[in-house]
Amino acid sequence: MEKKYISHNSLMNWLTKLNDEGSQIYAPVAKGDKTDYKQITSVEEISMDHIQTTQSAKAVAFPRTEKLFSYKKENGDVTLQNFETTSIPETVVFGIHPCDAAGFKPLSGIFNWDTPDLPFNERMKRTTLIAVSCTQCDEFCFCTSVNGSPGNTAGSDILLTPVKDGYLAEIITEKGENLADKHSTFFEADPNINKEEYLAKVPVQFSLEELNKKISNMFESPVWKQQSERCLGCGACAYVCPTCACFDIQEDAHGSSGNRLRCWDACGFSLFTMHTSGHNPREVQSQRWRQRLLHKFSYMPERISVRGCTGCGRCSRACPVDMNIAEHLTEIASL
Amino acid sequence: MDELRNRAKELFEKGEIDIFIGYEQGTRNPRPIFVGNAEDTQKLVFNDKCTGNLAVYLTRKDLVKGKRVGISASYYALKSIVQLFVENQLKEENLKIFGLANDGKIEALNSLDEIKHYIKDTPPPPKLEDDELIKQIDAMSSAERWAFWSDELSKCFKCYACRAACPMCYCTKCIVEVNRPQWIQPWASTLGNMEWQINRVMHMAGRCSDCGSCSTACPIGIPIHLLTHKMSETVKANFGDPSDKGNVLSTFKPEDKESFIL
Repeated sequence: MEKKYISHNSLMNWLTKLNDEGSQIYAPVAKGDKTDYKQITSVEEISMDHIQTTQSAKAVAFPRTEKLFSYKKENGDVTLQNFETTSIPETVVFGIHPCDAAGFKPLSGIFNWDTPDLPFNERMKRTTLIAVSCTQCDEFCFCTSVNGSPGNTAGSDILLTPVKDGYLAEIITEKGENLADKHSTFFEADPNINKEEYLAKVPVQFSLEELNKKISNMFESPVWKQQSERCLGCGACAYVCPTCACFDIQEDAHGSSGNRLRCWDACGFSLFTMHTSGHNPREVQSQRWRQRLLHKFSYMPERISVRGCTGCGRCSRACPVDMNIAEHLTEIASL
Repeated sequence: MDELRNRAKELFEKGEIDIFIGYEQGTRNPRPIFVGNAEDTQKLVFNDKCTGNLAVYLTRKDLVKGKRVGISASYYALKSIVQLFVENQLKEENLKIFGLANDGKIEALNSLDEIKHYIKDTPPPPKLEDDELIKQIDAMSSAERWAFWSDELSKCFKCYACRAACPMCYCTKCIVEVNRPQWIQPWASTLGNMEWQINRVMHMAGRCSDCGSCSTACPIGIPIHLLTHKMSETVKANFGDPSDKGNVLSTFKPEDKESFIL
């Protein structure tokens, strides 16, 4: 991994240049007391004061509504127009935190579990992730409890750590290298500093080892009912999560033509696993809460060797009734 | 705070309630807690930070069915409770309700009449910010207003937290869960999001307590409570105070002038 230095001004100029050359840039933009990723047209729009954006950046590769194909029925024939990959623009995501960058690995695990998913993979191929290490955190952050850290390089193509007037730039992947090499004059030599000194101190909230030991063997535990009692059954936690990948397939039909759409779905919804027969294997909220945690901390590690949680804390911040996931995991780890 | 704990404890000790729906200290703000015995009442808190509308849990069958329930209710939760009574969702004899009096003291509200008196005598918590925002939106041209709501609602990803947090959304099957016919596009798109919010808000006409929980619950921060806030004013201006009349939009009197209803 190569290390370099980039000043704040050079960074902004570099992003502007990339934008001018045709890459679409996604970056955190503040509005009121919320900050979220948006496609920007000027670096002036970027805001880096937040601890965490409301939503993760997953929509870059897994949009909330995506057209998979369109169809047309004519004289008994059906013509299909497959997913169009050539229209996907080169994309740079700037300003995600390491917990978001790490979230693309579990997403990729899900979208490549069986059949490689064309739209997801094509979008990822054209996306470069420039992450920024965390210099501040709040009580909802728990990356260090799930093997992450505020300066974790996993998942990022380039990781910038704010130091003095600029950034230490760690060029992690070939994609990152290609992007940096496009305009190498913006970069300066390795500043030779210990980045740890600049990072937020995120306290470890629970023992991952203890959690792993317990969570896979507690399907019948009464803890699920007790923890989920106040849950209102909305989908806020899943929609803001960087790793939640559940989707629903919908038909946008207009007479003899239409589009097949993939849209975000959430395991907290009462209809989520409803069968056409009317039977619902998860008919109460406690079973849905159990599914949410077991999926992330048991099924995914067992089946695709990656945990479905990066400790970003978004679900806890978004929850209308303070279903604090780290608190619940701490309880499970200490059972 | 001690007073509520003692009153709730007493109810458990006398065997008058099976569950108490209240608040406990949460990560940042108070959050809902369901107390099932005298001992756990010591976790209860009740103060002006307890703004989440707990009435939402009163129609949750898995939680309260067949149970005698105690609840600490904010001003707006009390308004919701009155409306739930009007809609035959609650039974007076199964409920022990506590409100916060003006002086911060705990006030037992033992009947629907007492709650109605409380609401009449207690000034609603001011909504200065909302009134200001409504004023700004009212001053917009219709094109500007369209642009404002298009921008706001384009962000909605249909997590339905607004619906989940609302005490009036107690239908076991919501309009968005019906797909034959498909009334509203189930995927997130600006138009479909508008359809959803317009439907939600229209279903609240004359029923909404104006608690603002829909908007507080919205993870993206879309000010959807302004729609219901404005509508509450409109309903009040045209039909009078809904709390006196019951269901303004589903009550019909022969002398109503809208002949099209017949």
